[in-house]
Amino acid sequence: MTDATVNFDGPHGPKPKPIFSGRNIFIYGTLAIVSAYYLLPLYIMIITSLKDMDQIRGGNAFELPIGPDFEAWVKAWSSACTGLNCDGLSRGFWNSFQILVPSVVISILIASVNGYALANWPFRWSNIFFTILIFGAFIPYQVMIYPIVIILRELGLYTKLTGLVMVHSIFGMPILTLLFRNYFTSVPEELFKAARVDGAGFWGIYFKIMVPMSLPIFVVAIILQVTGIWNDFLFGVIYTKAENYPMTVQLNNIVNSVQGTKEYNVNMAATILTGLVPLVVYFISGKLFVRGIAAGAVKG
Amino acid sequence: MSDVSVSVKNLDLNFGSVEVLKDLNLDIHHGEFLVLLGPSGCGKSTLLNCLAGLLDVSGGQIHISGKNVTWSEPKDRGIGMVFQSYALYPQMTVRGNLEFGLKNQKLPKDEIEKRVARAADILQIQELLNRKPAALSGGQRQRVAIGRALVRDVDVFLFDEPLSNLDAKLRSELRVELKRLHNQLANTMIYVTHDQIEALTLADRIAIMRGGYIQQLADPMTVYNKPSNLFVAGFIGSPAMSMIDGEIQNGGTSFSFKGHSVTLSGYEANGEVHDGKAILGVRPEHVSIESTAQAGKTLEATLDIIEPLGSNTLLWFNVDGVIISALVPSELSYKSGQTYHLGLDISKASLFDAASEQRL
Ligand SMILES: Nc1ncnc2c1ncn2[C@@H]1O[C@H](COP(=O)(O)OP(=O)(O)OP(=O)(O)O)[C@@H](O)[C@H]1O
Ligand SMILES: [Mg+2]
Repeated sequence: MTDATVNFDGPHGPKPKPIFSGRNIFIYGTLAIVSAYYLLPLYIMIITSLKDMDQIRGGNAFELPIGPDFEAWVKAWSSACTGLNCDGLSRGFWNSFQILVPSVVISILIASVNGYALANWPFRWSNIFFTILIFGAFIPYQVMIYPIVIILRELGLYTKLTGLVMVHSIFGMPILTLLFRNYFTSVPEELFKAARVDGAGFWGIYFKIMVPMSLPIFVVAIILQVTGIWNDFLFGVIYTKAENYPMTVQLNNIVNSVQGTKEYNVNMAATILTGLVPLVVYFISGKLFVRGIAAGAVKG
Repeated sequence: MSDVSVSVKNLDLNFGSVEVLKDLNLDIHHGEFLVLLGPSGCGKSTLLNCLAGLLDVSGGQIHISGKNVTWSEPKDRGIGMVFQSYALYPQMTVRGNLEFGLKNQKLPKDEIEKRVARAADILQIQELLNRKPAALSGGQRQRVAIGRALVRDVDVFLFDEPLSNLDAKLRSELRVELKRLHNQLANTMIYVTHDQIEALTLADRIAIMRGGYIQQLADPMTVYNKPSNLFVAGFIGSPAMSMIDGEIQNGGTSFSFKGHSVTLSGYEANGEVHDGKAILGVRPEHVSIESTAQAGKTLEATLDIIEPLGSNTLLWFNVDGVIISALVPSELSYKSGQTYHLGLDISKASLFDAASEQRL
């Protein structure tokens, strides 16, 4: 080891960069400005919702609430008035809930079976069928609004929650089917063949092989549908009536009700409440999503 | 009749307008180990999938164990199948994988347990039963995949390149194990590979395929020693057979090329050999280095390249532009650039008609 003596004096390797290098200041500065830009409205919404009307009339939007109180939140939930009724957002929440759950479940169930059939059980016209279905995703839905009104009326479902559930389920179909079909095509074909040799049929393979392998894509589909349906306003207004309005419509009616003074704190609280469901879904499923991908990535 | 386990009659298969299998006929005996060998894309997997019922045939018939199964479901054909990618169900344990097919058959619980235990015993995978496939090595996964075919208790096993995802050492181990398994079970096995060592070591008979046709169907030694055409001769054997373009002369008694001539006495022809253009194929181990020149027996050749292979050495000679390789024991030493006398063992060589490429 004579020729390999190590030189221990002084530091080696590239010099560590200082934390406050121009590059770092630029990157983090930009990030800070952009996040402030997005977070500021949220900040104002939250503090305003915790103020009372006297303080709001005081005029400084950035001022922290004096003795924060949750009265506005309670009011927004249970007793804020629209032009028609005075039971707050709670009514809209339950309506939205009753629309959301069946729509999400039905659309995902049907679309996943569609996608599975198209990916693994090609039939004579399956490609044409698939093309037509995808084409459906590109038809502007303004075109379909009135025909659907007529269809729902003929079915006796117009203004009913069931009708709206049906509309949401159908409108979610093209994109969800595409999503599932693409996922199932990526499952190795030999797995499917092995299951057929093992005597599993259409449903056996679907439930016992495909579904357990597909948690990530189901989570993606749930996120898409929950946020899409919860945030829907247009279909809610058009296809339901006052006592069946979803939360978004109810929110609009509270914020835009013309009686008395504008209660900014109540409006802010109501808006946050309405956005809470998609927010929660993002937080929970984000974690599940990562776990799902990790579990799904294991090759068999 | 009763001796035939799998019988394929006039099988056609098209993907759209592409004909992959054309009027294919094949009879496989009970307990036979048949290897389908051929270059990539020749239709080996396609044929196997047809036998398994995973592809709908375009024409012809398939009989398995005396039953016409041309249009039966895969599960009703009495076959078990092992895939190249193992294709284990990732979310089930090894036991779950083995039981899956049996549960689908709705077999009684104790029967299922008995069969799983037997398969696990034969394949030495008892300790793995409660693991998930992700926690197994490649060799263990393939063993489980074989087990999944084993528990089905069927007459015919289909293998689609089961060893090609494994490393060389494991592959040779499992190859021996498969041979032992075949001796023990005495099922019919149909085995797809493009590894000729696997084919030669495992097979009772080899079917060499090319472009959807079977080129030769024979036992390994026949395929090796008496290839039925030029393609088979070139495909089988490593290092490959040397091919010499030339002409048969003197009433079929000698072969000449580039002014050289070798006598054909000792060659076992299929029929009468006529004069005309032909190709002489000689395997490297049938080329010897002689000390003296003998007219009509030896060729003057210059040594080009020396390739040591370990136990043997491969020598590449040049005879006026024709390349001939010879396999010699590695103890002997040779010098490139020098001239040697090559002796060709005509009794073990192959002659092909230049036009039809068929063996003469
Ligand atoms: N689904 C399909 N559609 C169209 N052509 C196909 C399809 N599957 C296979 N082919 C074609 O059929 C031919 C035979 O394919 P096959 O998979 O049987 O080859 P192989 O002999 O198993 O090759 P390898 O050794 O690479 O596995 C190939 O030319 C391939 O391109
Ligand atoms: Mg193949």
